[in-house]
Amino acid sequence: MPENRTLLRNCGTIDPGDLSSYEGAGGFKALQKARGMSPEAVIEEIKASGLRGRGGAGFPCGAKWELARRFAGDRKYLICNADEGEVGTFKDRYLLQHDPFSLLEGMAIAGYAIGARDAYIYLRAEYHYLLAGLMKAISQCRDEGYLDDLNITVQEGAGAYICGEESALMNSIEGKRGESRFRPPFPPEKGLFQMPTIINNVETLANVPQIIEKGAAWFSGVGTDKSKGTKLFCVSGDVARPGVYELTLGCSLKEVLDLAEARDIEWVQVGGSTGRVLPANALETVLSYETVLGSGAVMVFGEGRDVLDFLYWTVVFLNEESCGKCTPCREGTEVMKEILGRLVAGDGMEGDIEALEALSEVMMETSLCGLGQTAPIPVLDTLTHFRREYENRIRQSVLLRALKRVAA
Amino acid sequence: MERHQLLGMIQAEQEKRGYVSEEAIADMAQALQLPVGDVYGVATFYSFVSTRPLGRHVIRICKSVPCYFQNGETMAGVIERELGIGPGETTADGRFTFEEANCIGVCDQAPAMLVDDAVYGGLTPEKIREILQSFD
Repeated sequence: MPENRTLLRNCGTIDPGDLSSYEGAGGFKALQKARGMSPEAVIEEIKASGLRGRGGAGFPCGAKWELARRFAGDRKYLICNADEGEVGTFKDRYLLQHDPFSLLEGMAIAGYAIGARDAYIYLRAEYHYLLAGLMKAISQCRDEGYLDDLNITVQEGAGAYICGEESALMNSIEGKRGESRFRPPFPPEKGLFQMPTIINNVETLANVPQIIEKGAAWFSGVGTDKSKGTKLFCVSGDVARPGVYELTLGCSLKEVLDLAEARDIEWVQVGGSTGRVLPANALETVLSYETVLGSGAVMVFGEGRDVLDFLYWTVVFLNEESCGKCTPCREGTEVMKEILGRLVAGDGMEGDIEALEALSEVMMETSLCGLGQTAPIPVLDTLTHFRREYENRIRQSVLLRALKRVAA
Repeated sequence: MERHQLLGMIQAEQEKRGYVSEEAIADMAQALQLPVGDVYGVATFYSFVSTRPLGRHVIRICKSVPCYFQNGETMAGVIERELGIGPGETTADGRFTFEEANCIGVCDQAPAMLVDDAVYGGLTPEKIREILQSFD
């Protein structure tokens, strides 16, 4: 399957610093069309398109908008989640760099649809170098009257992976520690400042203008049953051509890997640090919400890579970035790091595998938010596909200790 | 002053002074009528906010998986040798603070680092030496 540059149509062809070049490519026609429709009709169109969240969770976009419109509130908020902290993910950076206008047009439409007059773009601190370009784009759109009904504030993050989680993100904007909230209530009912709020990823919002312009049927014409449209995949690791590739949902992992010229693959992690781990014999796996997808990160690990080393550093990351509010995630990632650290250092013990499995179950069932709930995924996947690596490492460790005792 | 301005206030202080001191935290707490511990809790939650003085330039080398597997650790070692300091330390002349960072979102250019707000990808030992020399 070749690339399908639908969302990326403007990237590399328009001048991201010049609104008129976006307008020249048909930009802001969708907003004009949306303003001629009722907000309910706009939401209906997004619902019918089947657009789902592109940040990783995959919640149906239109359903979320409908809820936020329906719940009463003195104010309603729209938040664009540009806190792209997921490991191996850089598509939102690419969109912001090459086509910030599609995002802003999508936000203007979303604000109109849900009845929000105030919007935030939460931009991660690591992307500070994108701020000037984004502010320029906002100011140009404001000058042309495209943002008359929407006051956009850019709130920069300050370095915290968890702030990409929607409830932690809202706490961060409110000046609190970026810790996850208990839910319900969900953001469309009580979100930012306890008001109805919609949080959408950059890629999700950037898809909106074309759906309004060309219609729901156009968008849902490609993809699978529950995964419509195209998706941006971020390929990194042991490949000749790392980068952002846009393919129709339902493509195979192999098709993405071929575009990036990956060879001698040992395993691939799809969706980020808590994404699924697929061994070399599973490259025909279809990429969709029904199968595996997440944020669209595709991290490739070639011959000679150590799977336990990979897992250890993944868990080190999750442990550092756990917000610490709930015990299963805070302590669970700590104990996982301790066990994996020993395994990597050649000091594994009988029972380590069972301990990891038991810990995984508790974390998945009892963690407060997605971080702790999904942190065990790569652990369990590697235990399924690379169990021998674990067993060998434990056997070697036991043997090594016995030899040391003899020598002593 | 309202609570939702706190992160912005902390960021402004970080930007202006290079760190957020205990005095600054106490002042913010007073301005917002919040307990000092509450403000301290917010300030120390974020990795881009420091409660101790930093060097003139902050190096943040990415140690997350995509960079780690593209020689990220070796590159961190090059910086350590060039500057004579380890992660979390500042050079005696106050020129650089060296930190390890989690994924900075340039995995397509791994191994990568940020120096202040600028991003550098495709790092090699030679490139690192050149980059370091370009900062005063």
